[in-house]
Amino acid sequence: MSDYNFAYLDEQTKRMIRRAILKGIAIPGYQVPFASREMPMPYGWGTGGVQVTAACLTPDDTLKVIDQGADDTTNAVSIRKFFQRTAQVATTEKTGKASVIQTRHRIPEEPLREDQILVYQVPIPEPLRFLEPRETETRKMHALEEYGLMHVKLYEDIARHGHIATAYAYPVKVEGRYVMDPSPIPKFDNPKLESAAIQLFGAGREQRIYAIPPFTRVVSLDFEDHPFEASKAAHPCDLCGATHSYLDEVITDDAGGRMFVCSDTDYCTTRQEAGHRGRLSPQEDAA
Amino acid sequence: MYVAVKGGEKAIDNAHAWLDEERRGDLGVAELSLPQIREQLSLAVNRVMAEGSLYDPDLAALAIKQARGDLIEAIFLIRAYRTTLPRIGHSHPVETGKMACDRRISATYKDAPGGQVLGPTFDYTHRLIDFKLAAEAEAEAEAGAEESTPAAATGAAEGGDMPRITDFLNDEGLIQTEAPCDTTPPDMTRAPMEYPAGRPLRLQALTRGDEGFVLGMAYSTQRGYGRNHPFVGELRIGKVPVEMDIPELGFAIEIGEITLTECETVNQFAGSKTEPAQFTRGYGLVFGQTERKAISMALVDRALRWEELGEDNVGVPAQDEEFVLAHSDNIQATGFLEHIKLPHYVDFQSELELIRKLRGDAMATQAQQTQEAAE
Repeated sequence: MSDYNFAYLDEQTKRMIRRAILKGIAIPGYQVPFASREMPMPYGWGTGGVQVTAACLTPDDTLKVIDQGADDTTNAVSIRKFFQRTAQVATTEKTGKASVIQTRHRIPEEPLREDQILVYQVPIPEPLRFLEPRETETRKMHALEEYGLMHVKLYEDIARHGHIATAYAYPVKVEGRYVMDPSPIPKFDNPKLESAAIQLFGAGREQRIYAIPPFTRVVSLDFEDHPFEASKAAHPCDLCGATHSYLDEVITDDAGGRMFVCSDTDYCTTRQEAGHRGRLSPQEDAA
Repeated sequence: MYVAVKGGEKAIDNAHAWLDEERRGDLGVAELSLPQIREQLSLAVNRVMAEGSLYDPDLAALAIKQARGDLIEAIFLIRAYRTTLPRIGHSHPVETGKMACDRRISATYKDAPGGQVLGPTFDYTHRLIDFKLAAEAEAEAEAGAEESTPAAATGAAEGGDMPRITDFLNDEGLIQTEAPCDTTPPDMTRAPMEYPAGRPLRLQALTRGDEGFVLGMAYSTQRGYGRNHPFVGELRIGKVPVEMDIPELGFAIEIGEITLTECETVNQFAGSKTEPAQFTRGYGLVFGQTERKAISMALVDRALRWEELGEDNVGVPAQDEEFVLAHSDNIQATGFLEHIKLPHYVDFQSELELIRKLRGDAMATQAQQTQEAAE
């Protein structure tokens, strides 16, 4: 792959992206327009995240890529391979060993450190998009801090369903100013948005980058009498017994049998290696 | 028993190997060569060049071969390649008034200086399947025996000055004058799109936009969603030289020739309080022989000019710059549309839990009401 620059993108493009990242960090939660490039994977596959990761990587970095919390889902494998090929960086599945983590739809269970960067893939960066389809309007609403429409939407949910009917991509307010879409992470992950790591969000098709600097206040939108609640399936993990991790529901037979397992595969494996057992752990191990 | 959703890496490798096999198809059938695609599927090549925004017939042919004939996939290959190319400089504006035309027609005048040239068009063919083409070897041998050069090809490519039809209207002041402008147009591939985008960006987006989308938008204006009464003032297809300043030389040299399709429409305009009645224009310019796209582009361009021409916005899609530009790119559209087949089970799980919770609440309320009614 000597035909391509380190981490695929040319240095001018990386500089342009780094400028957008720095601006994003300077204005937490603000969506910075950037001249997104066509990448060799389709829009919707994480082109924004890939461009941000490419702009952040140095040859000494160790990269972890997850999709739905797992290192071995097809798209995570594909993106990890892409950077192995184009940047020859070390890769890992261990959250603690990675310096850059690119993710789709999850935040790792293990708390992140100050020397780590978490890069999110974002499909629709605009939290107000489904209330107002026009970019010209939503930019104005952000500028004027006019978020009434969002609160009305949440209120209507409560009036109709008794709960706020948003289970993922749950909107947050960053450092008391911008309402931000945390990407389609389950709302279970929202409290983890207050982190020691740098969090960068890349939306390739929509040409936007935004950021949450370390130790920034991130508040999930709610009402005093309907406080935000980070919910998950009311089960322990069937493989490692964890009671406080986000779980995937896996259908195991035609009779509706199912099991619950950690969506964060590294977290689950690490716990199993440490001797934790769940309801369906192999018997010989448990004995 | 737990069946793990693992093995992503191996699955991808196997999928790619299978894809390669499928692309090649039956090994008993001769493999397609790039010259065959370039020469015999030239309109597909033209579309890939136009929407890929890269004029290179050989590369477009290769992309079509690699994409198994899926043109949007081929366009994607070209775009992803194009974006890695360095920008050495930019050419002078091409002079389409000096185009060597293979085709040049006007729907507004029966004849005009330079003449009407029908060129290689499907327009008056009867769409009857030509079964002779199925017996390809014999057909070729026959043609070879008759004559080596078709008469049509020798008479083609009218060079020299080819005045624009709309200029005749302009001389009389009957058509709105395009104000000349020397500012460097913005480049939508190098800067994020901002709205309002303005006409240079609109034209860029339209010329590389999806043919089907632009056609649909144009068609909607004809059916009443923002009618602008277009006539094809002129449609021309032909080669133009591309010239570029070479700093080391200090002057411009010709670096090659490209084939373009240019369409200017003449549209009705009733006039406004400040302007007397006058014709207005829509403009389309596309790589290659791509006249459906060029005409569509001109109609949509005209519809989007409502503000500049002092018309009312009647709220139709084709007048809405943000709507048209944000949805015209087929690489963006197909990517976002198809990404919903990627795993979403984390999101789906959170929705499952929410639905169960909401249903649980509703059932409990219902049960309580039934009990109360019974009592």
